[in-house]
Amino acid sequence: MIDAFLNFDFIRYSFISGILVGLIAPLIGAFIVVRRLSLIADALSHVTLGGISMGLFLMSVSPLFATINPIWFGIIFSIAGALLIEQLRTEYKHYQEIAIPIIMSGGIGISVIFISLANGFNQDLFGYLFGSISAVNLSDLFTIIVITIIVLIFVMLLYKSLFVLSFDEEYSKVIGMPKWIQLLFIVIVALVISASMRVVGILLVSSLMTLPVATSMRLAKGFKQLIALSILFGEISVVLGLILSFYLNISPGGIIVGILIIELLASIAYSKVLIKKGGYHLESRGSHSNIEK
Amino acid sequence: MEKETPIFELKDISYSYPNKLALSHINIQIYKGDFLAIVGPNGSGKSTLLKLILGLLPLQKGDILISGKKINQYKSWEKISYVSQKSNAFSSGFPATVKEVVMSGLTKNKSLFKWFNKDDAAQVDAILERLNISDLKNENIAQLSGGQQQRTFIARALISKPSILILDEPTVGIDARHVSEFYQLLTQLKQEGITIILVTHDIGVVADTASKVACLNQHIHFHGTSESFKSLDEVSISKIYGHPVQFVDHQHDRDCCANEEVEELVQS
Repeated sequence: MIDAFLNFDFIRYSFISGILVGLIAPLIGAFIVVRRLSLIADALSHVTLGGISMGLFLMSVSPLFATINPIWFGIIFSIAGALLIEQLRTEYKHYQEIAIPIIMSGGIGISVIFISLANGFNQDLFGYLFGSISAVNLSDLFTIIVITIIVLIFVMLLYKSLFVLSFDEEYSKVIGMPKWIQLLFIVIVALVISASMRVVGILLVSSLMTLPVATSMRLAKGFKQLIALSILFGEISVVLGLILSFYLNISPGGIIVGILIIELLASIAYSKVLIKKGGYHLESRGSHSNIEK
Repeated sequence: MEKETPIFELKDISYSYPNKLALSHINIQIYKGDFLAIVGPNGSGKSTLLKLILGLLPLQKGDILISGKKINQYKSWEKISYVSQKSNAFSSGFPATVKEVVMSGLTKNKSLFKWFNKDDAAQVDAILERLNISDLKNENIAQLSGGQQQRTFIARALISKPSILILDEPTVGIDARHVSEFYQLLTQLKQEGITIILVTHDIGVVADTASKVACLNQHIHFHGTSESFKSLDEVSISKIYGHPVQFVDHQHDRDCCANEEVEELVQS
C-alpha cells in the first residue's frame, strides 16, 4: 500500500482528497444535521449529478468543453440548486420540506436527459455515482483543495454566527444576523457536496455529511465536541474505506458508507451499555432527564 | 420640561393572520425603567405583539418607534435581549453545553468575524454564578430540567448587559420554586434600571411584580399601573379573558398558584 502510495499519482490524489473530504463533509454536516436539513445534502447531490451529466455530454459533443472539468458544471448546478431551495423555502413557508423533492427530482430529470442524449457515459459516470479510487486526477485534487480552504475559512470566521443560526434560528433573527450568512452557508454546502462526490460518489455523498454526525450525537456533550468527533469518525471511514477499496478493488463509496454504518451501530450499542450502567442518559435528549438541582 | 422619549411607542398597530384578526388598534408607550407585563388569554395576540416589537413579523398597519426611531431604521438591537418560551427556544436534542449557549449571547456585541476571547469566557463565568448555575457550565443543555434550561436562556439574554429585556411566557413548564426565584430575579433587574416587557399568563404574580400591566385580547382592554390593575374586580378581568376568572389565594404560595387556577378556570 505504501509502495502504491509513493509510486502512483492517482493513489496519492485519492488519499489526499479523501482526507480533505473527511474533514469538510462532517464539519459542514454537523451544522446541517442539527438544523434538520439533512435531506438538503441529498437533493443537492442529485442536482450536482445533473451538472456533471451536462459537463460529460458537452465533452462528448464538442472538443471545446474537453478541457473543462465536469466537476465545475456540478458545482454551478449545485449552487444554483442551493439558491433555488432557499427561494422555494421562502415561497412555501409552511411546507419548507417541499423544496427537497422538487430539487431532487429536477436534478435527476436533468441527469437522465443528458445521459440519454449521450447514450450513457459508462465508466466515467459510474465513478461519479459511486466514487472511484482511480478517477481523482490532479485537476480534481486542486478543486478539492480550493474548496477545503474556502470551507475552513468560512467556518473559522463565522463559527459563532453559524452556532446561533443552528441552535436557535429565531434568536438569530432577533439579534439581526445578516441574511447573507444563511445564503452563503447553503452555497458552502453545495461546494462540499461537489468536492466529496469524487471520493464517495454522488449517490453516497450525503452519508459522509450526516452519518458521522449521527454517530457523534450520541456521544457529544457540546457542539465543538460534536464537530471534533464527527470529523474523527469521518476520517476513519474515508481512510479505512480507501485502503480496503484499493485491496478489494471495489468502489470506495460503498465501503466508506459501510464503515460509517458500523461506527453508528457501535455508538448506539455503546450508549445503550452506558444507559444500562446508569451513566450518561443519552436517550433523554429531546425530553428532559429532570436532574433538578 | 422636555417630554421623555418612550423606549417603545406602538401607534395604532393592527395585525391579521389569514382569516384571523390577531391585534386591533394597539397603542402602548413603554418608558425607560418600566416593567410592563402583557397578560391575556391564549390566542389573544400577546406573542404576535412581541414578534412585531422584535421585528420578527412585518408591520401591516400602524407604526412602532424604538427610542424615537422607526423600527426598520433602528440599528441598536444589541441593547435588546429576548427570552422566548422554553419549548421554542432551541432545537431539542442539539448537543450544546451551557457555556456554549450562554456565550452565544455575546454574538450580537462582537463584530461578525471576531472570535470569543478570555474576557468573554470570564463574563460567562460571572453570569452563571449570578444565576447560580456555575456547576452546569459543561453540561449538555438538552439533558437539563426545564428550570435549569430557562436559567441558561436568561443567562444568555443577560450576558450582553441589555438595557431592554423582552420575555415571552418564560415560566411555562417550570416548577413553582423556580418560578418564584425567576420573579425575584426580574425584580432585581428592574431595580438595576433594565426596561422589561414580560408576556405571561401569571396575572396574580405580575400584579405584584410588574410596575405596569396591559391586558390584551386583540384590543388593549386595560393599560395602567399594577396597583390599578389589582383594584380591578374579577368581573372586569373575566370580560377581558372571555371566560370566568377568579384570583385564588393559596396560603402557601399565592404567586405561583394564581396562574394555574386561572388556567383551570379558563379551560373550564
